[in-house]
Parts: sequence; structure tokens; C-alpha cells
Amino acid sequence: MTDPIIKFENVAKRFGDIRVLEGLDFTVNRGEKVTIIGPSGSGKSTILRILMTLEDVSDGIVWVDGTPLWHEGAAGALKPAGEAHLHKMRTKLGMVFQSFNLFPHMSILRNITEAPVQVLGLSKPDARARAMDLLEMVGLADQAGKFPHQLSGGQQQRVAIARALAMRPEILLFDEPTSALDPELVGEVQEVIRKLAEEHDLTMLLVTHEMRFAREISDRVCFIDAGAIREQGPPEDLFTNPKEARTQQFLQAVLAD
Amino acid sequence: MNDMTWLDYLPVLAQGAWVTVQLTFWSTILGAVVAFGAGLGKLSRSRILRGVCISYIEVFRGTSLLVQLFWLYFALPIVGEAIGFNLRMPPVTAGIVALTLNIGAYGAEVVRGAVQAVTVQQYEAARALNFTPRQTLWRVALPQALPEMMPTFDNLAVQNLKDTALVSLITLGDLAMRAEQLRNYTQDSATIYSMALVMYFGMALVLTTLMRALGAMIGRWRPARR
Amino acid sequence: MLFGFEWDTTNGWTLAVSILPILLLGLWVTLKATVLGFAIAMVLGLVLAALKAAPSRLVSWPARAVSEFLRDTPLLIQLFFLYYVLPEFGLVLPAFLTGAIALGLQYSAYLSEVYRAGIEAVPRGQTEAAVALNLTPARRFSRIVVPQAIPRIVPAMGNYLVSIMKDVPVLSVVTVLEMLNVATIIGDRTFNYLVPLTMVGGLYLIMTLLAAQGVRLLDRALPKTGIPLK
Repeated sequence: MTDPIIKFENVAKRFGDIRVLEGLDFTVNRGEKVTIIGPSGSGKSTILRILMTLEDVSDGIVWVDGTPLWHEGAAGALKPAGEAHLHKMRTKLGMVFQSFNLFPHMSILRNITEAPVQVLGLSKPDARARAMDLLEMVGLADQAGKFPHQLSGGQQQRVAIARALAMRPEILLFDEPTSALDPELVGEVQEVIRKLAEEHDLTMLLVTHEMRFAREISDRVCFIDAGAIREQGPPEDLFTNPKEARTQQFLQAVLAD
Repeated sequence: MNDMTWLDYLPVLAQGAWVTVQLTFWSTILGAVVAFGAGLGKLSRSRILRGVCISYIEVFRGTSLLVQLFWLYFALPIVGEAIGFNLRMPPVTAGIVALTLNIGAYGAEVVRGAVQAVTVQQYEAARALNFTPRQTLWRVALPQALPEMMPTFDNLAVQNLKDTALVSLITLGDLAMRAEQLRNYTQDSATIYSMALVMYFGMALVLTTLMRALGAMIGRWRPARR
Repeated sequence: MLFGFEWDTTNGWTLAVSILPILLLGLWVTLKATVLGFAIAMVLGLVLAALKAAPSRLVSWPARAVSEFLRDTPLLIQLFFLYYVLPEFGLVLPAFLTGAIALGLQYSAYLSEVYRAGIEAVPRGQTEAAVALNLTPARRFSRIVVPQAIPRIVPAMGNYLVSIMKDVPVLSVVTVLEMLNVATIIGDRTFNYLVPLTMVGGLYLIMTLLAAQGVRLLDRALPKTGIPLK
């Protein structure tokens, strides 16, 4: 039943004197949909950024699919990973950013086909077909020829999701995917993510401030504070019956408005 | 043959450096005055004033400083003769006038840009408070525009310092001229020009420090920026 | 007589007409020096920018110091230094080449800053998205960063090209027969400085206006759809 695809083992992340993560132990099973909630500055996004290899770890080991992400070599003699190792590991992961980060100088279609062609070596027609399927899925097939700046924020984020999926990752990371959107555009992006969660066996790790959404799509919710997981469990339990005082305080504060 | 060492060059070069400092000082100050005049003039509602300022800025930005310097020193007196004025200037005056007008034209564009960059909302607020255009300029626009200009003025001042070296070409006894004279006399090019370069570099560092301090003072009301 | 052309000193107008071909020959030298100096500056600037961005401070710090030094000292003195000191080390170059190298050195410092600023202006999220898509470091740079940096870099480079053109007269001090040098020689021989010097000013004005227009056209032709330029 438990088949961990992501495992943080006593992980620390420090920027100078600032401790973002400290002694973090955290596991995600294959196909699981996990949401991370917590106050800002608690290190939520850092967990995703470490997994996407955008930040390294100061201490501890991160396992992805049984292989150390930030280290290579034999057990007991692990050394920091080189670019080749990271490159290989990244094929398992994809990420959707808070600020979309579409490439402004490329058309919507090209945003989605660029990496499959360049990195996976897909032929252009294949990549194009895959991209059009994904655009169909996110409801933007008619926008393929446009440039990112011609789309609304919600549309851009849906393209960004399609772009990440085009790489066929096993794990998809969502870093506050709706925080940069106007309120009326949040729904369309959430709809796409919800559909993904329901219809695919993709492992999903989501950082969000939208508690209702977290509750709807997650198998498990983790509350993180001051660099470590303080409480976790199925959403019904954690949201209705939090055990820790810190969790209660946090939920009271965010659910009040 | 000569048995002069770098220690013997130093007083001569220092003498020239002092002339360079004075040239830089006066042409930068006067250049700033010209820059404000022409920059604001370009924004004037008077079409004549605007035309004059634009022509001045375009001519002096569009031609070479050395051409301007030679024109003022060699050609202007001929114009003067033709119209019955004595426009012959001593080298120092010609040098300062050329540097001032050159740097003033570049500065004018900076002034204009910074004043125009003050937001429409600020002008609207000033109008709502019934400021006259003059009050708006002096009390609202310029105080906000000035700190924006300072980093570019810093670059222009260093540019001006470097440009003073060209004045040696109309026989002015600045650092560049003294270095050239020493070289003619001793043939010790490497030492002399290295010293001159280091002295110019030192003066540029001091000038930048001063300009940054001035900029910090002028912009002290602003929120700290990262 | 200069370059085989006679001048006609009957009056200012005839003089102007007769020396125009001579000045245009000088202008040709000016343009050649501009282009060569700019080419040197572009390459050296790239090297300087790369060194300044090096992860090791042992490399980046000296590179920054060299760049500051080149930027903060007069072209004239740098030129004299090259012209008189290089031969002491057995390196005797034609004056024109020495001049172009001096221009290239001075402006490499400026262009290295242009490159750096253009690349730094590309938002960090762009590189991060490229990492997330597993593009190789070389591709991240060439496909994602550079195309977005170029429209930021080109206009500034155009301005420096024009600046180099305006600095070429400095090369006259080492006997390069560029336009201003030609004009002063004519002035020395005809005792009329007004006409040749005014013409040089006018020709410069035309050249800088043309160059500015050229930069504008190039800028418009660059692909920059959707790239947020401030």
C-alpha cells in the first residue's frame, strides 16, 4: 500500500542564518495528492523548489523514486549531485509556478513543444500533436498561435499546466498556482487541476492558500510551520478536528475570511 | 639621457592634475546649469524656446566633442571677425565652454526624461491643489525628478573628467598635457602614462564617491530601495 | 592639395565644394575605425562580462577592476599608452589599428555592462521554468535567456556605436587621417578653419542622425513579441 515516491529524510535548508527547513521528514506515496498548507515563510514553497532542483539542501537526503535527488554515489559515500544526475532526476518532475513563467518570446504552442522536442527528442509533429491534446484538455486549443501576453492570467496558467504535462512527469508540483490570479480567474485554473487529480494517477504536490480547494482535491493535507511538518492527515480530519494548537490557530485565522 | 624617476614626475603631473580638477569642477557645475535650462526649456510651452533648446541639444549630442572644441577655438574667431566681434578665447575658456556645452546637452536629456517620468497622478494632485505650473515644477516635479537624475549625472561627471583630457590638444596645461610634455622630454612612456592613468582613475573614484554622497543627500526622503 | 584633390580658395562656398571629396575620404576612415573599434569592443566586452560573472571571486574581482579602470580613464591617455608603450615591448602596430584597439578596449567595458544588464533583466522565473522543463544549461541560456536579452541589449549597443563614432577624432593625435584631422590640415594650409570644421560638424550630425535611425529600424525589426521591456 505504501509506495513512497518522495521521501525527505531529516532535511534542512538554511540561507545564511535563516533556517527555512529544519529536520524535515516527509513522505509522499505514488499517485497520492498532497497539499501543503501553512503560514507564509514556513518553508512550503522551499519543499517544492528543492524537489524541482531549484534549491539544494543544506542537510539530509531527499529521495525521489528510490534515488537520492541531490546526491549521487554509493550509500554511505554520497556526494553532491552533478548536473547530469540532476538532469536525469528532473525527468520525473514537473512544476507549475505561481507567476506562470511562460516564455514570452514563444507562441503558446511553442511554449509547450519546446522542451519535448529539445529535451525528450520528440519529433516536431509528435510534440505538436501532444501539445494540441493538452491544450484541448485545458480548453485552450483555439489559442495555440497566440503569444502569452495576449492571454489572461488564468489562461496563461492553464497553458503552464499543459506545458508541464507535456514532459510526462510522474510528479507534478504546484506552487501557489492561483495566488497571482484575479479572483474571477481562480476557478478555471482550479477546475483544470481538479480534473487532473480525479482522472490521472499522477503524484501531485500542491502548495496553496485556498483551503476549500485543498480539502476537495487532497488525499492528505500537511500543515507546516517553522520549517517542519507539525500535523498531517486526511483533509476531513485536519480541517474539522485539528489536534495541534498551532494548526487550530492557523486554520482559525485563514478560515475566518 | 635623463635620470628622472617617477618621483620627479609626480610634482609635474600633480600640477596638471590640479588643472584637470578645476576644469572638471567648473564645466560640471556650469554643465548642470545648462542641462537644467535646456532640459526644462525643451518642455516649455513656447515653441521658440523649445526649438532653440532642441537644436542646441541635437547639435551638441550629434557631433563630436573634439570637433566642438576645435570649432570654438579655431573657427569661432573667424565668425567673430566677420561680424565685428572679438570671439577669440584663451584655451582655458574655450575648453570650459566646450566641455560645458557638451555635457550640458547630454544632461538636458536626463533632466527632461526625469521630469517627464514624474507620474501623471502627481501632476493631477498638484492641479487639484491649485498649484501654478511654476509651483508644480519647483515643488512637486523637480524634487521627485532630481534623485532619479543623480545616477546618470554621476556617469556624466566622470565622462566630463575624462573629456577634459582632450582640452590638452588646444595647449592647456592639464594632466594629459603634462604627461605628453614629460614623455617628449624623457621618452619614459610606460611610467608616465601609467601614472597619468592611475591619477585619472583616482580622480574618477573620488568624483563618483562625491556624486553618490550628493545623490544620497538629495534622495534621503525616499524609501530605501533594494 | 590633399589626397590628390586641389582646393579652390576663391571664397567660402568654392572652398566647401572643393574640399568635400577630401572630407568624405576622411569620413570613410572614421567609419572604418568605428566599425573595427565596435567589433573589438563587442568581443572583448563579451569576454569581460563572462569573467565578471565568473563564480570565483579570484576571477570576477580583477575583471571588475579592469572594467572600471578602462571605463574611468580617458581614451586619449589609453591611446597614448598603447601607441608609445606597445612598441617598447616590440609590438609595432599601424596607428589606425592601435586607435581601433584603444576604442575597442574602452568600449568593451561599457558593452560588458550592457550585456550584464540585459541578461540580468530577464526574470529569474524564466530560468526556473527552463530548469523545471529540464532544458540543459546551454539551452536555458541560448533558447530562453538570450532571445529575451537581445531586444534589451541592441538599442544600448547602438548608442555606443554612435559614441564610438564621435570618439574617433581622438585618433587624430596618433596621425590617423580621420575626418577631423583632415579638416584641421585643410585649415592649417588654407588659413580657413571655419569652412572645414563646420562641414565636419554637419557631416557628423548627418551621420549620427542616420545611425540613430538605423538603430531604430533594427530595433523595430527585432522579434520581441510579448517580452516586457520597461
